[in-house]
Amino acid sequence: MYVYDQYDQKIIDERVAQFRDQTARFLAGKISDTEFLPLRLQNGLYLQRQAPMLRIAVPYGLMNSTQLRKLAEITRVYDKGYAHISTRQNVQLNWPALTEVPDILAELATVQMHAIQTSGNCVRNTTTDQFAGVARDELEDPRPYCEIIRQWSTLHPEFAFLPRKFKIAVCGSTEDRAAIHHHDIGLELLANEQGEIGLKVLVGGGLGRTPAIGSVICEWLDKKHMLTYLEAVLRVYNKYGRRDNKFKARIKILVKAMGVDAFRAAVEQEWLSVKDGPTTLTDEELIRARSFFDAPDYEVVDDAEATSRLQVECDRDAIFGNWVKRNTQAHRVAGYRIVTLSLKATGYAPGDVTAEQLELLAELSDLYSFGEVRSTHEQNLVLGDVPMSQLYALWQRLQAAGLATPNIGYLTDIICCPGGDYCSLANAKSLPVAEAIQVRFDNLDYVYDLGPLELNISGCMNACGHHHIGHIGILGVDKKGQEYYQVCLGGSQAKDASIGKILGPSFKQEDMPDVIDNILSTYVTLRHEEESFLDTYRRVGIDPFKERVYAPAH
Amino acid sequence: MPRLIKDSKVVDDTWLTLDPDTTAPKAGQICSLEQWLQLADKKGSAVQLEPAQEPDILFEHLEQIQLIVINFPVFTDGRGFSYARRLRERGYLGELRAGGHFIRDQLTYLHRCGFDAFQLADESGLEAALESLDDFTEFYQAADDQPLPLFRRRPHSTP
Repeated sequence: MYVYDQYDQKIIDERVAQFRDQTARFLAGKISDTEFLPLRLQNGLYLQRQAPMLRIAVPYGLMNSTQLRKLAEITRVYDKGYAHISTRQNVQLNWPALTEVPDILAELATVQMHAIQTSGNCVRNTTTDQFAGVARDELEDPRPYCEIIRQWSTLHPEFAFLPRKFKIAVCGSTEDRAAIHHHDIGLELLANEQGEIGLKVLVGGGLGRTPAIGSVICEWLDKKHMLTYLEAVLRVYNKYGRRDNKFKARIKILVKAMGVDAFRAAVEQEWLSVKDGPTTLTDEELIRARSFFDAPDYEVVDDAEATSRLQVECDRDAIFGNWVKRNTQAHRVAGYRIVTLSLKATGYAPGDVTAEQLELLAELSDLYSFGEVRSTHEQNLVLGDVPMSQLYALWQRLQAAGLATPNIGYLTDIICCPGGDYCSLANAKSLPVAEAIQVRFDNLDYVYDLGPLELNISGCMNACGHHHIGHIGILGVDKKGQEYYQVCLGGSQAKDASIGKILGPSFKQEDMPDVIDNILSTYVTLRHEEESFLDTYRRVGIDPFKERVYAPAH
Repeated sequence: MPRLIKDSKVVDDTWLTLDPDTTAPKAGQICSLEQWLQLADKKGSAVQLEPAQEPDILFEHLEQIQLIVINFPVFTDGRGFSYARRLRERGYLGELRAGGHFIRDQLTYLHRCGFDAFQLADESGLEAALESLDDFTEFYQAADDQPLPLFRRRPHSTP
């Protein structure tokens, strides 16, 4: 992974010192609440319902074991002994004290971490595929590009006071695991007719109040132009994005208002002033960035032999075998598997991880996965490089720590924001809904029979739980002071991206498990053999689901 | 006489403040864009841009203009940052002043974008604000104060 040199370290250290001074001036009454707001947000600090929330950046979801141990220590010393993985691959602390935040940031800086631009109207943490570098369907590793974007966007002087937040995602594989169609900018590594790999640029995707799928503004961009092109897009947005209405301020609204062709023309015009300038990437820089993501020292293993040994272990222990089937994936290197650790055990808030679990993961990653762990936007954790021969030993340790729930990609692997229990923006609680659904559907055979199913829950329109792109999406709404839940169906975060359609009037919290049950039964009744929920929905439309769910009770 | 930060020092402002109601700005007075457009002789002129006024209209006269003020009615409206960079990229060498309600914690960014003068709404904070100009001594991006991005300046890299 990327390692700081003295320049990176200096920038991060100076940022800590700056925020320490700003916090001191705020506490001394020398900065008003309004003025402190963007300063603290751009250091990841929210003032929440219960206590402040600190969002720590995990650039493109990659952490090493030293960082995990430091996070565990921070949650113990400054928080309540647990952390939360967000839907943008970041780590959140729910209970830090404002006065201690500069110290937390200083601690993070010692392990090359920070909370820069994890909130606020600026360029946020760049996200990517959690299987980057190890996926079989990958054209090129997107992480070097993410790191180049991280450096360019970090403390960018021109784009710290944009109309609204700005999120970039990069994908380098056939299957899109980074939801690039749903970001302000989505970048896809892809080959042109000559076979050269460049970038396809999508702009104006997003969730929130007005969900939108990104529009292509450049079919193929030479990689060396990546930053100058991004700069041109950002400059057009900074100049023309709406600032009169916070709900219409995202770039998607601007792209719609201008029309994608006019928007593209404006970007190309703006690009002229920076194109081929010093911000043009050099081959040297691309090579340097890639060098941090070189393949680790994999052992040369006979694939057939490793696979048959694993099969013997799976046959011997059916619970292990099931976990291998559900929670591990093919690796591009023979003899290795990608392991996803579910943070979706029933009874625990989706995405929460304790200090003990973080430390265990640090140890296990050192033992079995070259000391690295990835966070996913589905709020799970990944060990990317586990030898097949070590899976059983790894699983036993995970099983004992409650990290081996075999539900990855299934109904109970719910994406869920912290909701009204923590977040002051929320209209409704989301965690109890997730738990009630997990409790109701505790029969794993039924869950597996339903096939791949993404259920996403957001506690408000801001859509941190990505409800629009869940196959089933749930949105908390406020109806005259009461918490209600709206359901949408048919969203997809994959390359065949779609936005869910609202089923109808919203429901009370206690009715939600029945509502989900009715939706699932409708699917089971109507599906063709081997047909997924999403495919069935796309074939039959929303009406049969509507009829069943809103049928008068007998 | 009003005071401001200019070239990292607190100095007196020698310009006369903008008077939106006059049709005949005096010599040495800052003009609104409308007033400035009416000036027959733009040599040595000073003009103030509001957030919705793009600087492109000034490009033809950049050599004649002595002062451009970019007004920030609210500090969260960041359009002025892009305007400043555009002006410097087009070769404007005169004074580029931030005015209005920006805050001292934005000084590093403003300076990087090409501003060399800062007129804070509250003059009493000017001396203390100087410290914020030096919040950072290293940067990743190319900007007005550092024409090369860090990746062209790291040891062993080609500029």
